[in-house]
Amino acid sequence: MESGVVLTMKNIYKTFPGVKALQNVDFTLRKGEIHALMGENGAGKSTLIKVLTGVEEFETGEIRIDGKDGAIINRSPQEAQTNGISTVYQEVNLCPNLSVAENLYIGREPRKGAFIDWGTMKKNAAELLESLDIHVDVSAAVENYSIAIQQMLAIARAVDMSAKVLILDEPTSSLDDDEVEKLFVLMRRLKDQGVGIIFVTHFLEQVYAVCDRITVLRNGTLVGEYKVEELPRVQLVAKMMGKDFDDLASLKKEGEATKVSDEVVIEAKNLGHKGTIRPFNLTVHKGEVIGLTGLLGSGRSELVRAIYGADKPDEGELFVKGEKLQVNMPIDAMMHGMAYLPENRKEEGIIADLSVRENIIIALQAKKGMFRLMSRKEQEEFTDEYIKILQIKTADRETPIKQLSGGNQQKVILGRWLLTNPDFLILDEPTRGIDIGTKTEIQKLVLELAEKGMSVIFISSEVEEMIRTCSRMAVLRDGSKVGELEESELNQSSIMKAIAGGAE
Amino acid sequence: MSKLKKITQFRLFLPILCLVLVLLVNLITTPDFFAISVRDGMLYGYIIDVINRASELVILAVGMTLMVAASGGTDISVGAVMAVAAAVVCNVLSGGQQSVTEYSNPYILGILAGIAVAAVCGCFNGFLVAKLKIQPMIATLILFTAGRGIAQLITKGQITYVRVDQYKVLGSSIKGLPLPVPFFVAMLVVIVTLLLLKRTAIGLYIESVGINSKASRLVGLKSSKIIFLTYLFGGILAGIAGLVASSRIYSADANNIGLNMELDAILAVALGGNSLGGGKFSLMGSVIGAYTIQALTTTLYAMHVSSDQVPVYKAIVVVIIVSLQSPQLKKWVSKMKLNKKTVSGNEVA
Amino acid sequence: MSTKTTKTKRKIDGNSFLLLITIALFFIMYIAGMIIFREQGFGKVQNFLNLFISNAGLIVIAAGMTVVMITGGIDISVGSVVALTCMLLAWMMENKGIGAIPATLLVLVMGVVFGLVQGFLVAYLNIQPFIVTLAGMFFARGMTAIISTDMISISNETFLSWAKYKIYLPFGGYVNRKGVMIYPYIYPSVVIALVVLVLVFVMLRYTKFGRSIYAVGGNEQSALMMGLNVRRTKLKAYVLSSTLCGLGGFLFCLNTCAGFVEQAKGLEMDAIASAVIGGTLLTGGVGNVFGSLFGVLIKGTIEAFITFQGTLSSWWTRITIAAMLCFFIVLQSIFAAAKSKNKK
Repeated sequence: MESGVVLTMKNIYKTFPGVKALQNVDFTLRKGEIHALMGENGAGKSTLIKVLTGVEEFETGEIRIDGKDGAIINRSPQEAQTNGISTVYQEVNLCPNLSVAENLYIGREPRKGAFIDWGTMKKNAAELLESLDIHVDVSAAVENYSIAIQQMLAIARAVDMSAKVLILDEPTSSLDDDEVEKLFVLMRRLKDQGVGIIFVTHFLEQVYAVCDRITVLRNGTLVGEYKVEELPRVQLVAKMMGKDFDDLASLKKEGEATKVSDEVVIEAKNLGHKGTIRPFNLTVHKGEVIGLTGLLGSGRSELVRAIYGADKPDEGELFVKGEKLQVNMPIDAMMHGMAYLPENRKEEGIIADLSVRENIIIALQAKKGMFRLMSRKEQEEFTDEYIKILQIKTADRETPIKQLSGGNQQKVILGRWLLTNPDFLILDEPTRGIDIGTKTEIQKLVLELAEKGMSVIFISSEVEEMIRTCSRMAVLRDGSKVGELEESELNQSSIMKAIAGGAE
Repeated sequence: MSKLKKITQFRLFLPILCLVLVLLVNLITTPDFFAISVRDGMLYGYIIDVINRASELVILAVGMTLMVAASGGTDISVGAVMAVAAAVVCNVLSGGQQSVTEYSNPYILGILAGIAVAAVCGCFNGFLVAKLKIQPMIATLILFTAGRGIAQLITKGQITYVRVDQYKVLGSSIKGLPLPVPFFVAMLVVIVTLLLLKRTAIGLYIESVGINSKASRLVGLKSSKIIFLTYLFGGILAGIAGLVASSRIYSADANNIGLNMELDAILAVALGGNSLGGGKFSLMGSVIGAYTIQALTTTLYAMHVSSDQVPVYKAIVVVIIVSLQSPQLKKWVSKMKLNKKTVSGNEVA
Repeated sequence: MSTKTTKTKRKIDGNSFLLLITIALFFIMYIAGMIIFREQGFGKVQNFLNLFISNAGLIVIAAGMTVVMITGGIDISVGSVVALTCMLLAWMMENKGIGAIPATLLVLVMGVVFGLVQGFLVAYLNIQPFIVTLAGMFFARGMTAIISTDMISISNETFLSWAKYKIYLPFGGYVNRKGVMIYPYIYPSVVIALVVLVLVFVMLRYTKFGRSIYAVGGNEQSALMMGLNVRRTKLKAYVLSSTLCGLGGFLFCLNTCAGFVEQAKGLEMDAIASAVIGGTLLTGGVGNVFGSLFGVLIKGTIEAFITFQGTLSSWWTRITIAAMLCFFIVLQSIFAAAKSKNKK
């Protein structure tokens, strides 16, 4: 192993059923370096981390770590830890009910005979935290402290267990600016102590604030490794999103502006939800397709969730067709003609054990109310209609939805909402994890619907897809809406610039 | 092979199989189990006895099925609620006396009061489970223990008798009807519930909430309201079961009405092929499950097992069924199968 | 560079607050009792000690229940296991002629085995603890009836000598009408119960197993990630609970000196209520056996009230306990809601 290098991963391959999650990926981490691992959804960063920490097994390739002869294979997070690789996740893995000192030493408590030596444990804990410049009461329960402190405690625990490699998996997503800065101070301190840090984040600013190198992944392959100063933001965004247009024909006629009526369907005034999306304004016209763009975690999903009432907004006002609407629950939004296809299909979209038919009719049934059950015949007709329109591939309308492929599940949910005949349709990543053919079908459908007068909010990580379907775009960054792009401005470079933000 | 698979995958396969098994055991041990005699236009026999005695359990199992499906937890207070309802009815009808030979208050008033109190118990459980989000079994534990105490207080610690022929009807038989009345009460409950499930969307809502409450919320369902309704309904049904049980002995015996019924009801739901984790359910499965359990109980009695001892066998059956449902066990079994396969595969290679 | 704002003030959190309410409640109730039933001698030292004497078994069982509840589980089989223990003891000594000491050891082994089965089903098959222990509850009660449906009274002399051995305290006595100094006394069962209580407290506070129990209850996922063996911890917790149940049953039996089917009915409620009233969270992770002791004492005080009052039916104890459990559960859920709101 080269001197100065603490970890190498070479030619890593990993496949999940039907997906090549990692193909021939290399990764190198040096001592005393903070290394950003970047990529959009499905790029393979989390798979790479899982492979490294022993949560998932990899198929071929090798991992070497400084101080160990030969390649290592981690079969569990514990094994990775004994090999010197520790991870701190976004959801802090501490026990909130236990004291700070205990959380640092649980499983390896200092003992006097058979008993835990609390005195030594507290003393050690205080010394450890002092050395890292973290000032907390070591005998207080962890739940008394903010997420930021908890993150730092988790890091302190990891470092104290003699970590050579520290993986920080989106540690900053729920922190405010001050807290992030404190975390950075800690990271720099560890870096000076020679720890190699892998930093996974969605926030570009943070990458440029604290990292030395960036490795970019896309679609399970390595795009490249760069020094931070050699990779400007816009280029980073371009590398993450990929510039290569696929060979699909443009759906919209070039150069021809979409005609949008003046009729306002949705108007949000300073609508916001504490902790997820800062107050924003948004106007949606009849027959308009608005794209929400921004990196993962930028607040694009949170914005639509606030409109739909999935997370009840705690400030601002919402007007539907000029009428003020108080949304307490999704049903309120639905009764006013909204429909929402959530990002997380498995957890929030499908109702796994129910049949295709039940999954399709349930939203309309919820709108009609408990006592106005649609007749079985009616239900079957609707189901067959949408199976046909959307070309859903299912053995039968009574097949449980969980047995369908991801793309077909998505079509069923799309069918569910189209059946309610909404005026305003929110699609959050409708094409994720779906084969290319279905993707185009969904894009075409969106344009057809808009032509018929439906308003659509379309969220996607793929810029081309957005350019093809949207007539206007709102840009989000770090939890707030930062601007809008008119149709004439919709092109790769302007979008990427807007997403990246800041000075280059 | 595929035919066999199709049969075993049929939803009601497990409950029917169990019922057949229990009946087979009887056929061997007690040959006159299936003998039915006719006296005065009434049917008599072990089987008739099972059908008669199972009625309260069927009623409870219907409510329990819905509560389990929506909330993924069981209501262990149903037996105690039966006792409370019985105590209220008898007390209203007797006007507070210990034993009466004619009503002090109209019959209908007593019935309504009993069911209303049971409904209040259901609301109490529903409030704790649906609104305060307390684990169903802990929430219902409160009434499970306090219920009989309340019933005792209502009856002032005595057994209140209502020795009126009309009061006995619900728990006995009427001339002209070949089967005892409780059977018809149970069937009425089953049919009304089936109609509710068929004619309204409540069944779909319950399953949806039980399977994925997050997604259900996003399609516009109010999950806490739906869970609350199932507990309310479960309370009312426990009240009806209490009425039947009380009518059988034309009295309110706070200590014994509905005793150990909660386990039977849970068992009926599990035997019916329903997951105790909630979600999709089969009402008919639970009904068949209830009859199976009563058949099992009657069988055990026929084998001279005392009523105090019967729970031992039921507890074992419960453990076996929930163990079989356990995904963890399935994982282990499939792992073992896989190991076997790879071993045999290596041999071939 | 220093991070200043990281030091947050330690306030009395909701959990300690609940425990304080409980302790205060106990003293208020007891003092109220001393005032109301002044004439009947509520205030005597012996009356206070009787709280411990009549609840020695429950103190031990509640300690076991607390341990299981800290892991986030529950054990509602305890009442039936106590009945089974008493019946086994009586049956072995009376019908089988087994000595008091081996019989006692055998019921403790029975407790261990019972706990192993329940713990395995909960920890390794992931079956809801409630369902497992509900089945355990019916199983144990049914087994009691299988051993004997009639009551068996114990006449074993060794056993009775244990049960009747009074330990006099050297203080707190009073001079009776005949001018003889009467000292208050306790039974060995009280000593055993308090020793067990201290042992469980030490185990929870000072051993790796004890801390693992808290960790598992606090956040199972985190405990797993920190390298703790979650399943084995849970299994051990259930074994401990059932074993303490066996021991508690033995202490119970020292009071009743008999085994019968209906014994200790509803004891699970008393144990759970004691734990919850004593500050154990139903969601797990928080609990203290000394809190549970106060829970038991409150239950004992309610019983004493009802005895002293004389006309109320014993059902009032059960109803009051249930009402208090309900009150504390609701209180817990309010605290939890407030906490999660604060975090947001």
